[in-house]
Amino acid sequence: MSFKVAAAPHGHSQKKTNQVMAWVVFALIPGVLIQSYFFGWGVWFQILIAVSVAYLSESICVWARERSARQALRDNTALVTAVLLAISIPPLAPWWIIVIGTLFSIVVVKQVYGGMGQNIFNPAMAGYVLLLISFPVQMTHWLPAAPIAPYDLGLWQTLHTIIFEYTPAGYDVEQLRTTVDGISMATPLDGVKTALDQGQILAEAYQQPMMASLAGIGWQWLNLGFLLGGAILLQQHVIRWHIPVGFLAGLLIPSFLAHIFAPSVMPGPVFHALSGATMLGAFFIATDPVSAATSDRGRLLFGLLIGLLVWIIRTWGGYPDAVAFAVLLANLCVPIIDRYTRPTVYGHHVGAKHDTE
Amino acid sequence: MQDIKQFVESGQIARFPGGIHPPERKQPASEQPLRRVPYANELILPLRQHIGLSGQCTVREGDHVLKGQPLTDAALHQGLPLHAPTSGTVKAIEQRPMSHASGLPEQAIVITPDGHDQWRERQPLPDYQQRDKAELLDIIQAAGVAGLGGAGFPTSQKLAQQKPVSYLIINGVECEPYICADDRLMREHARDIVLGMRILAYITGADKTLLAIEDNKPEAIASMQQAISEYTDIELRVVPTKYPSGGEKQLIQLLTGHEVPSKQLPIEMGVIMQNVGTAYAVKEAIIDDKPLIERVVTLTGQCIEQPGNVWAPLGTPVDALLEFAGFKPEHQQRVIMGGPMMGFTLPITAVPVIKTTNCILVPSTQELPPPGDEMACIRCGACAEVCPASLQPQQLQWLAKAKDYPALEDNNLFDCIECGACAFVCPSEIPLVHYYRQAKSQIRNQAREQAKAELAKQRFEARQARLEREKEERLERHRKAAEARKQMQQQQTQHAPEQESNNDGKSSAVAAAIARAKAKKAAQEGSNAAAEQPTGSQPEEKSKKSAAVAAAIERAKAKKAAQQAASEPEAGADSSAGSEASDEATAQPRPAQDKSAAVAAAIARAKKKKQARDQEDKQ
Repeated sequence: MSFKVAAAPHGHSQKKTNQVMAWVVFALIPGVLIQSYFFGWGVWFQILIAVSVAYLSESICVWARERSARQALRDNTALVTAVLLAISIPPLAPWWIIVIGTLFSIVVVKQVYGGMGQNIFNPAMAGYVLLLISFPVQMTHWLPAAPIAPYDLGLWQTLHTIIFEYTPAGYDVEQLRTTVDGISMATPLDGVKTALDQGQILAEAYQQPMMASLAGIGWQWLNLGFLLGGAILLQQHVIRWHIPVGFLAGLLIPSFLAHIFAPSVMPGPVFHALSGATMLGAFFIATDPVSAATSDRGRLLFGLLIGLLVWIIRTWGGYPDAVAFAVLLANLCVPIIDRYTRPTVYGHHVGAKHDTE
Repeated sequence: MQDIKQFVESGQIARFPGGIHPPERKQPASEQPLRRVPYANELILPLRQHIGLSGQCTVREGDHVLKGQPLTDAALHQGLPLHAPTSGTVKAIEQRPMSHASGLPEQAIVITPDGHDQWRERQPLPDYQQRDKAELLDIIQAAGVAGLGGAGFPTSQKLAQQKPVSYLIINGVECEPYICADDRLMREHARDIVLGMRILAYITGADKTLLAIEDNKPEAIASMQQAISEYTDIELRVVPTKYPSGGEKQLIQLLTGHEVPSKQLPIEMGVIMQNVGTAYAVKEAIIDDKPLIERVVTLTGQCIEQPGNVWAPLGTPVDALLEFAGFKPEHQQRVIMGGPMMGFTLPITAVPVIKTTNCILVPSTQELPPPGDEMACIRCGACAEVCPASLQPQQLQWLAKAKDYPALEDNNLFDCIECGACAFVCPSEIPLVHYYRQAKSQIRNQAREQAKAELAKQRFEARQARLEREKEERLERHRKAAEARKQMQQQQTQHAPEQESNNDGKSSAVAAAIARAKAKKAAQEGSNAAAEQPTGSQPEEKSKKSAAVAAAIERAKAKKAAQQAASEPEAGADSSAGSEASDEATAQPRPAQDKSAAVAAAIARAKKKKQARDQEDKQ
């Protein structure tokens, strides 16, 4: 009788790629739940639309490239991209925003470059940046967090707003953001930045209603939720510590030093750590292995670079948050980082040679 | 070197990067005592058992052989002889499927055991210390001992390197899951292994012997500890369980804290490593005069009813071993020779146990699920994390798929030890090692092709150069010959009337020969003329005689001229082309020579006539 032939090793440990990706989505749940608590139902609709568009467009692309669509979807990478983009955009953004973003992420950034594993840029962030540059108004219309929000939208109202861009009662998103006093409520990052740009000092900027706690109502909890998810990923060995640690060090160390030298105008590390997309970026976005550096040292450097860029852009740039830009810029640096952080191979250490000389 | 000594003397265990902890699954096979496998109906001994060339057969079909009798002469290059595992008849010397992933046939000696198990004459050597090291090496070589832990490199060759050895490392780590052949051997034959270690230490002149065992083998550790207790220069090093601690480079790093420099042998750092099984085989070869004719093989996996370790005679077909252990194949059964990490699947089981066969693993699909579909690499870096050589396996994989061989070498592909840790952890189930092996063999092939092409190019260029040189030499010769002719012609036209014989000297041998022939003819004519004269009167007799004399003189002159002429052309051309040169010289100027020859002949005739007349006048 003849037997089955297979290549060594004859066994396998570790999670498979589709399981790794599933874990990423799973670890996003705490953050998404918190987002949905503070910012309404919108995020679920965004996720729903994004995942549908991602699966559909990926199937078509893979079919056009004459490969098995079932197998391509099974790896769950499209799912991760779609979910990350969906939770990055304002929950009440109109439906075509997420459709355009997802299409761009999947078709242009991922499939056109050769599909899974071949993309140079983080697909979700490239999609996000496209949207941010093309539709700045819709992309910055975050509602204030639930406790201070002037309106409380139900499921139907949210869906109505996403589809028709106004509530059944006829309010558009801009109106929803505006308090009875006529003040438009920005995100904490945006609010503080605007205040500082207007010549206020930090203490004054922190007086705004959305800054009522540590680093902004809602946002700090959102960040803590993603931090918890990150901890799950680390514990499950889905990601390794180098990129998140590098990211946080690159962001927090400069902000800490700056805050010491200029306490009145430079927000401190706690504010930076718990606002905007800091934790989502550190644990879920920058850690996308495909577009990150490969070696441990390289990943540390890659994370540091992103963190530093985030701080620089948040402090001096034109946009309130900067994770997407920072990630894309760091993606560009990956080849050179990889080139210079290659670990020394066994037997090639300088120390290994001196014995024979 | 000093650093290494310091580290080893401190008794530390270093660590190496990467590595994995696959399920060990050494039980239940490791708990069963060694059993002996009965001789199979036929023993198949492939001539080529390991790297290097196969030996020359010294037996013929139909020969009766005794147990331990050599069957082949070792080939010169890395060769080892083969021996009859038992007494019996050489049934055939023919192509049989090899113990290889391909199952392709190779030349093998097939022996039918006669059941008597009759030994050849043996010369045990208990007092090996009285013998010269070279003599011991010869015995080890003649006993066919190869490294039993890995690739089967001939032990005598590894030992024969003339370099100082500080540490002899005996490898009893056995880090690959399932395999427990060395474990069992250490538990049951500790004293023999230690004797082998003493012999190896004596041959290498090592200052100290380090015995390394992984901490998942407490019984083996206890047994060896006891056996080495009386020797102060043997130290036991228990290393933490991690795959691949038993790799030569990794174990050296663990015990010495230093890496073996790339492309160098451990001996360069004063370290030599042998497997415990090899130490045992060395002891048997020297002290018992028993060549390597059997080895311990682990029979394991869930598709075997009685897992355990057996003493398997070399040449025993795998199916006989499996039958012995109770084999229940399942659908799409894999039969793996070697362990789950580095072993290869056998397409058929009619292949024999060879010197490097340490394990036959027949797993169920539950315990070792077959690989799933290969997915795209997501550069997650899990492979780099576990690589004991600190390579970037994902990078190598991209490059191997792109067939970018220079970049692969630049990324140190050849430092890969093919341990399989990367592929084991790859979430996309990419058969990484498979790609590296392919790339390695393609690079080697390419290098070979390149060397061949380079040689052909050199040969072609050398030939071109030779042809060019020859052409120039020929032209040069032609030029010289033409010059010589020109000169000669000038001399002839100027001096021919006055200087006859000298002129002759300038002309060639042929010219002289023609002259000679003409002179002869003239002489004949002369004599004919004389004979035509009526009646044999005195003066006529004389004239006849004188004509003959004149002809003789003329001949002598011509000969002299010929000699001079012959020495002439050789002066011009070099010795190798001499004959050709003279050919040329003779072939070309024929008309001129004819002319000069005619002149010379005419002169000769005139002279001869004159002489004849003179003589007539004297008389």
